[in-house]
Amino acid sequence: MYVREVLPQSGSFEDLAMPLFDQLYNFAHWLSRDREEAEDLVQETYAKALRGFSSFEPGTNFRAWMYRILRNTFLTSRSGLKATTQTVALEEEDGPELAITSETPETIFLERANQQLVQEAISDLPVHFREILLLCEVEEMSYQEIAETLVIPQGTVMSRLSRARAALRELLKARLQGGQR
Amino acid sequence: MNSGPTGSTDCAQWTTKLDLYLDGELSDQQMLAFDAHVRSCTSCAADSLSRVQMKRSVKAAGKRFTPSEEFRRRVQRQSGAKPGLPWGFGLRWGMAGALAGLFLAGVLSLGYFSNHRTIEEATVAGTTYNEIADLHVATLASASPVDVVSTDRHTVKPWFQGRIPFAFNLPELQNSEFALLGGRVTYLQQAPGAHLIYELRKHKISVLIFQARPEDSPLPGSASTRPSSFSTEAWTQNGLRYFVIGDAAPEDIRKLAEMFKTAAKT
Repeated sequence: MYVREVLPQSGSFEDLAMPLFDQLYNFAHWLSRDREEAEDLVQETYAKALRGFSSFEPGTNFRAWMYRILRNTFLTSRSGLKATTQTVALEEEDGPELAITSETPETIFLERANQQLVQEAISDLPVHFREILLLCEVEEMSYQEIAETLVIPQGTVMSRLSRARAALRELLKARLQGGQR
Repeated sequence: MNSGPTGSTDCAQWTTKLDLYLDGELSDQQMLAFDAHVRSCTSCAADSLSRVQMKRSVKAAGKRFTPSEEFRRRVQRQSGAKPGLPWGFGLRWGMAGALAGLFLAGVLSLGYFSNHRTIEEATVAGTTYNEIADLHVATLASASPVDVVSTDRHTVKPWFQGRIPFAFNLPELQNSEFALLGGRVTYLQQAPGAHLIYELRKHKISVLIFQARPEDSPLPGSASTRPSSFSTEAWTQNGLRYFVIGDAAPEDIRKLAEMFKTAAKT
């Protein structure tokens, strides 16, 4: 099995939590799409995690624990509630089975999609697609770790990830076609 | 998809696992088998290339936001603090809320609960109460404390359907001085719950309801604080944990708690 990053699971709160600071901030900014709100989210996440650190079980996944706190904090924020309310219909499409994608290779259009276009497309994704894509591709979390973070079964991780990728491809295609006109 | 030398049926079988392969989620044996197939199938090789390119693009584009050094230093200072100190209010929640929270958490965690509670009980429940106090103060300090605005329990209760994984009863308020203002979804120790706001003669009272879990610290039952500060009531009933907190008189907090206890029996 492909081995992903293994994090230390013992030490002081600061030792464990501060190395995740940049990643958590990046994730918070992607979720909230606002700098001030991202800072609030991260600050509150660290406060909650510090308070609850005594209940954290050594040997379990600290990174997933921190991301879960951050995500829960976001979900109860105003923009989080708004975002999840808007994506309820998409959420219902999630199923345990892996969606099959049989599209033709899009090597050419991806070559033409610059970084800004990809960032805009990620930003336009519904929040439940955005977060799973970032956890997988940017944070390089395993499906198991994503499942722990989002509190969903691994089967749902696979199907949601597949749909998120398909949605991103569609958004990129639309943007590139729009740019050609 | 075009078929490779191994045939279209074979390719379809591999394609369903292509993302698992590229995400490193297959066993070593399956990875080797996939490697061999991709080397012999131009179609799957092209599909893999396209998906790898997408993964790289998202990875590069996703590393976009960097925190300021000033913000990092601030959080680092706070992360070095001893656990239990309530510094976690949002930056824009205002000094009033932060100071009130500091005071509240201090009062609650230093053992101003009921005289019947032991110091050990107060310490065990302290973290929970800190968080309950945070939720109450932070919500009141917010510009929009509730997400469902209604005085009608028949509007507020259904609003929570699908938002939290349990149901609860709200008390009938006719002939009482309490008024329901609304509710919102909240989280306590990573578990979702309902946060209801009531008003009594200009006093705002929070009622928070969560599912009881085996790992929860024991609740102290009645936990009224000094008359000059916040009062709380906490209990577990029918698999749910209830917290009532506010700056109203302890007997009023108790009265609202009793109404919830009665409603839960119906």
